[in-house]
Amino acid sequence: MVCVGGSNCSMSWCPRSCRSPLGYAARSLFQFVTGTLAPDSVEDEFELSTVCHRPEGLEQLQEQTKFTRKELQVLYRGFKNECPSGIVNEENFKQIYSQFFPQGDSSTYATFLFNAFDTNHDGSVSFEDFVAGLSVILRGTIDDRLNWAFNLYDLNKDGFITKEEMLDIMKSIYDMMGKYTYPALREEAPREHVESFFQKMDRNKDGVVTIEEFIESCQKDENIMRSMQLFDNVI
Amino acid sequence: MAAGVATWLPFARAAAVGWLPLAQQPLPAAPQGCEARSDEVLVVNVSGRRFQTWKNTLDRYPDTLLGSSEKEFFFDPDSGEYFFDRDPDLFRHVLNFYRTGRLHCPRQECIQAFDEELAFYGIVPELIGDCCLEEYRDRKKENAERLAEDEEAELGGPGGAGADWALPPGSPFRQRLWRAFENPHTSTMALVFYYVTGFFIAVSVIANVVETIPCAAGGRAGWREEPCGDRFPLAFFCMDTACVLIFTGEYLLRLFAAPSRGRFLRSVMSLIDAVAILPYYIGLFVPKNDDLSGAFVTLRVFRVFRIFKFSRHSQGLRILGYTLKSCASELGFLLFSLTMAIIIFATVMFYAEKGTSKTNFTSIPAAFWYTIVTMTTLGYGDMVPSTIAGKIFGSICSLSGVLVIALPVPVIVSNFSRIYHQNQRADKRRAQQKVRLARIRMAKSGTTTAFLQYKRNRGLEDQDGAERPALSTRSSSAFEQQHHHLLHCLEKTTSHEFTDESTFSEALGVISLGGQTSRSTSVSSQAVIGTSTRASSLISSCCPRQNKQRRAIRLANSTASVSRGSMQELDTLAGHHSPGPQSSRASLNAKTHDTLTLNCDSQDLVAAIISIPTPPANTPDESRPRSPASDRGEGPGRPSSGSSSSSRGALRNSSLGPSYLLHNAVKISSL
Repeated sequence: MVCVGGSNCSMSWCPRSCRSPLGYAARSLFQFVTGTLAPDSVEDEFELSTVCHRPEGLEQLQEQTKFTRKELQVLYRGFKNECPSGIVNEENFKQIYSQFFPQGDSSTYATFLFNAFDTNHDGSVSFEDFVAGLSVILRGTIDDRLNWAFNLYDLNKDGFITKEEMLDIMKSIYDMMGKYTYPALREEAPREHVESFFQKMDRNKDGVVTIEEFIESCQKDENIMRSMQLFDNVI
Repeated sequence: MAAGVATWLPFARAAAVGWLPLAQQPLPAAPQGCEARSDEVLVVNVSGRRFQTWKNTLDRYPDTLLGSSEKEFFFDPDSGEYFFDRDPDLFRHVLNFYRTGRLHCPRQECIQAFDEELAFYGIVPELIGDCCLEEYRDRKKENAERLAEDEEAELGGPGGAGADWALPPGSPFRQRLWRAFENPHTSTMALVFYYVTGFFIAVSVIANVVETIPCAAGGRAGWREEPCGDRFPLAFFCMDTACVLIFTGEYLLRLFAAPSRGRFLRSVMSLIDAVAILPYYIGLFVPKNDDLSGAFVTLRVFRVFRIFKFSRHSQGLRILGYTLKSCASELGFLLFSLTMAIIIFATVMFYAEKGTSKTNFTSIPAAFWYTIVTMTTLGYGDMVPSTIAGKIFGSICSLSGVLVIALPVPVIVSNFSRIYHQNQRADKRRAQQKVRLARIRMAKSGTTTAFLQYKRNRGLEDQDGAERPALSTRSSSAFEQQHHHLLHCLEKTTSHEFTDESTFSEALGVISLGGQTSRSTSVSSQAVIGTSTRASSLISSCCPRQNKQRRAIRLANSTASVSRGSMQELDTLAGHHSPGPQSSRASLNAKTHDTLTLNCDSQDLVAAIISIPTPPANTPDESRPRSPASDRGEGPGRPSSGSSSSSRGALRNSSLGPSYLLHNAVKISSL
């Protein structure tokens, strides 16, 4: 029989594994009397020390991405310097990204970015994920980039961007601006921006934007096409 | 994990693809010109120092960086060597590990730096050889404890029991009351109340004591003396009533103000309060008949617990209590071993003395008294052995008593000293924290100002059209250019611009802020920019001892105004001669252990943007008694969401001359 809770657990028929307060009290009294000092818990900490992740070889990465060997070397050196364990988890990611936006709160947008980079959804971004993402953005075709952006906006990865998802994204971007802006940020600004976005992108007015609508609308927009050249010489 | 920002900048810029389709205005153009065997002897170049080793040596440990193909990423084909931009002194130890198979820990190096090197090279610290393992572990534990204290101080400090900045005016009365109880120094009323209760505790205790002194009794029984309490019953009753009223009032007020009543009721201090005042009420309501008067008298003993109420007023007392609590196992061991010895010796003495007539050792429990008195070397002499065997065993008893008692005592003493020093450190750190935060805010504002200046320059440049942007680009590095471009893209995406606080408040025309901002402008006299954030934050947590003096010296040299030039001045002051991007990465590196998150909901009323060349700040000396971080039982009274009122900057009305703003959380980022 298993003891549930503490109140009606009497010692007589209580099995050894009973986690009643009585057992606990008896155990702690025993420890108190025999003077067993607190166990050294430092050993436990050591167990979870360096979890090291090593990327695939240089050649494989060269095949999978559009970077040259030298570029990969440079990228890796930087990556390894900052993350010796070889992976970035969400907290570190947010920390890194927040350093570029001191005025505002970039943690939400960083989370979205993290989910977009973490293609296998294992909670960490390894060097391969990192480089794969960068390759698409910096060396991919315009369609590739738009695809990547769509993937970023589609928070639940179901192939549609709903207004709620867009609103979340928009709010997170506006959060990065912080408080001191000109003109002052109003509460409705993100919502209005989302409305105008949907106005432009949602062709069949069904309340969601699919990938085709998205790419089509973006290709028609001159501003977007021109701005795409931004990414040509980032690395 | 050290976050070097320059490395991640390309990533952040790439991530801007997410803003592209949302931008309602065209994004600005990117800044231009920015833009890398059989057994043989390998050359490993670590920051200029060349190490040479056989390839086989490195291959001995294939699951480390140098032993696997990961080192190919660091190969420089032009020079044919592996280049690592790391510490060459520590690398020596890493390489020796490959050579000898044993990893040693350098004694004079910072343990955290060594840890980072090991992590980089993929070597697990468990491989440290036995000769160095103990010391490594000890130093690491010490560091971890210190870091934990740091974090505790950061999290618990501003909102916790040690906080001393006033709540914003809008907070509920209950919260203010609790704050007044916890930190008497926040308002004069609270201070007055604090001293009054202290006075009444003392009065009550003294009255209890004086009650029992025999006063000369006049009148009836002539030469018979009776206690003062019986001679002046009314006076003592009135005094007692007054004290109990005050204590009851205080208890009820605390109960009302406590953020968590259940927890308050269970806390030690409230129990002491309750025990202190209950006897009086029980005495009031219990009818005075002879049966119960005996019990009533016993209850009066509990009045002495009022003396424990002093522990709210005395930090030392609290530390003592905490020490005893934390040494519970040592105390338990002492008690247990003493009990064992007492039983053994009492039995022996009893049987040794059994034969003699008219002996005091009538039973074993009776012999306990003798054993205790002898083992603690008191030796009252009311029970003395008379047989020879009894005397022999008696002497053995007293000798062993000294040993048994002397053993656990140093442990307890060292615990006390450790906790006491911890408290002192916590107090000191709280004092320094404010200076640090002010400095950090100055540095942060530097970023904003730099960006705004960049924008203004760009504005000029656009107007001039054909003229090459000589002024702006010459004074800023490639890194800064790209960073500013990134921020510019964000502005265009959201169709809003970054401004600084003064323009913002002007634009809003908010008068209510005016009162507070005017106060805050006087603040920056505290803002010391003597050192870059690098010096203070990271070093302090890792290697505190060496750097305290350096910091003090740098503080003394501080005069600076926030501008690009000042950043350079900062660097030179800090002994930094590296060019722009280098220093920016370094100072961003510095933030690793000190991230406190800025929530943009918090109203940051810092006028740090406006910098005034100021005289250096003296180390604030604070000798206020304060509840140590250990006293959590009081309930920190901190609002549950960290970003709310507790993060508002406000002034501290303390003895320090220059008042400065304090912040719950600040994200450090400086270029």
